[in-house]
Amino acid sequence: MSTSTLTKEETAPPTGEPVLRKPSTRKRLVPYWLLLPGIIWLLVFFALPMVYQASTSVQTGSLEQGFQVTWHFQTYWDAFQEYWPQFVRSLLYAGTATLLCLLLGYPLAYLIAFKAGRWRNLLLVLVIAPFFTSFLIRTLAWKTILADDSLVVDALNALHVLDVTSWIGWTEGDRVLATPMAVVCGLTYNFLPFMILPLYTSLERIDGRLHEAAQDLYASPATTFRKVTFPLSMPGVVSGTLLTFIPASGDYVNAELLGSTDTKMVGNVIQSQFLRVLDYPTAAALSFILMAIVLVMVTVYIRRAGTEDLV
Amino acid sequence: MRWIRRNLVVIAGLLTLAYMILPNLVVMAFSFNKPKGRFNYSWQEFSLDAWKDPCGVADMCESLSLSLQLAAWATVGAVVLGTMIAFALVRYRFRARGAINSLIFLPMAMPEVVMAASLLTLFLNMGIELGFWTVLIAHIMFCLSFVVTAVKARVMSMDPRLEEAARDLYAGPTQTFLRVTLPIAAPGIAAGALLAFALSFDDFIITNFNAGSTVTFPMFVWGSAQRGTPVQINVIGTAMFALAVLVVVAGQIITNRRKKTATA
Repeated sequence: MSTSTLTKEETAPPTGEPVLRKPSTRKRLVPYWLLLPGIIWLLVFFALPMVYQASTSVQTGSLEQGFQVTWHFQTYWDAFQEYWPQFVRSLLYAGTATLLCLLLGYPLAYLIAFKAGRWRNLLLVLVIAPFFTSFLIRTLAWKTILADDSLVVDALNALHVLDVTSWIGWTEGDRVLATPMAVVCGLTYNFLPFMILPLYTSLERIDGRLHEAAQDLYASPATTFRKVTFPLSMPGVVSGTLLTFIPASGDYVNAELLGSTDTKMVGNVIQSQFLRVLDYPTAAALSFILMAIVLVMVTVYIRRAGTEDLV
Repeated sequence: MRWIRRNLVVIAGLLTLAYMILPNLVVMAFSFNKPKGRFNYSWQEFSLDAWKDPCGVADMCESLSLSLQLAAWATVGAVVLGTMIAFALVRYRFRARGAINSLIFLPMAMPEVVMAASLLTLFLNMGIELGFWTVLIAHIMFCLSFVVTAVKARVMSMDPRLEEAARDLYAGPTQTFLRVTLPIAAPGIAAGALLAFALSFDDFIITNFNAGSTVTFPMFVWGSAQRGTPVQINVIGTAMFALAVLVVVAGQIITNRRKKTATA
């Protein structure tokens, strides 16, 4: 569509003022024509649904009699009071998983960006390739890995790791499956690539000569990392943590497959309220509370990370 | 000990990589298992049964082909709409740019379950029957932002002088677009398409809410986690992994050859 309007413009010779003005308004419309279909799609299937969900959250009624908008804001308070443990748990699990992703992902991203040499592409493939085995299948594989008496669990037991985690309540006895640790392990695993790829992109952009300069100025490797590499990788850290934390906070797959009834997250509650209990107002309210919490946390985080970046 | 200290980053990085690959190896190993019960979680004995008969499970291959079709259409839709938006955002200055940028950013910054639930309330309120079409609509919606981001990155690094040069050499706008603009933007569009395909094919949360009784492959896997997991699921998982590695390696070889012929 855009090309045809352009053709007309170019073939019409600009002889006088009025002729010249007409194509220029046309040209001004080109970006809007390009945007229109996609933006309409997002408005109708992303923004409008949010409005519908907002209206659903203040309705009362039942499935048999139908729901009416009664501006019943009480639903929000009731839902929060009943399910705040799941909210706390979601934020705690997602936060821990994000932190673990950063700790585990940083060395690998660093390795690929600076130390891999000709192995770089192979390592990148190995980071992305697991994506192509459906994530549900891979999550189910953790059931085998973390099963009682599996090699991993036996090793953790022998190293007395499970004593510590049991003491803080993340595992039970010598079991790992169906405990918070299994859920966090699954979350960390599932979102690691979302941390590694942005970290890698921002690390790769760093000019290697800056490291040499730091060394020439007698900075130790640790100081070089603290004062040069890490600050310059901040864009990657910020986008990586966001790409990990946001989806993890709403996830219900890991909690369902690897956890127990004591490890349910908000996602699980929203899912069952919507699809099993069919209590739409409560489900909509819960979903909005989650959205609000995430948006507020993300905004505050971006502000703070942004100012740190400037210092 | 000093060797360990010097190579600490390498060791830590490789351990992370092992953590990421471990489940894939387990999936691979268990595709050769012959489980005794309904669940394929513990090793019993070696068998090639599942590989000989990958579609031997009721409804699994149907769900697989449905997922492939869905992913293909979602990719086409998202790439067409997303590429148009990306070009508009990079190449033109106009009002409402900020608003449009945040409209594109928001779907990526929203927990999936929130989007899934809100779409469901829309479809319920409008009385639209859930099925293939509602899933396709949802997939195009959430893939769109990722395609825009991928294509935008590429178009932004494009040198506009190349197009000016083409125009100076008397190429028409259509010719310039097809022979200069599109080939340069192609890697970005391809990356966006690959991302959209993978996201759509693997999506569970949004599909779970909006599929009604339609069963995509991830939904089949989810259901089987409750009813009993057939070994064939591991076969499909292994085959997809192998196929992806093959495609990437082949692509790598092709680009390497091109580079060599270009420099030669």
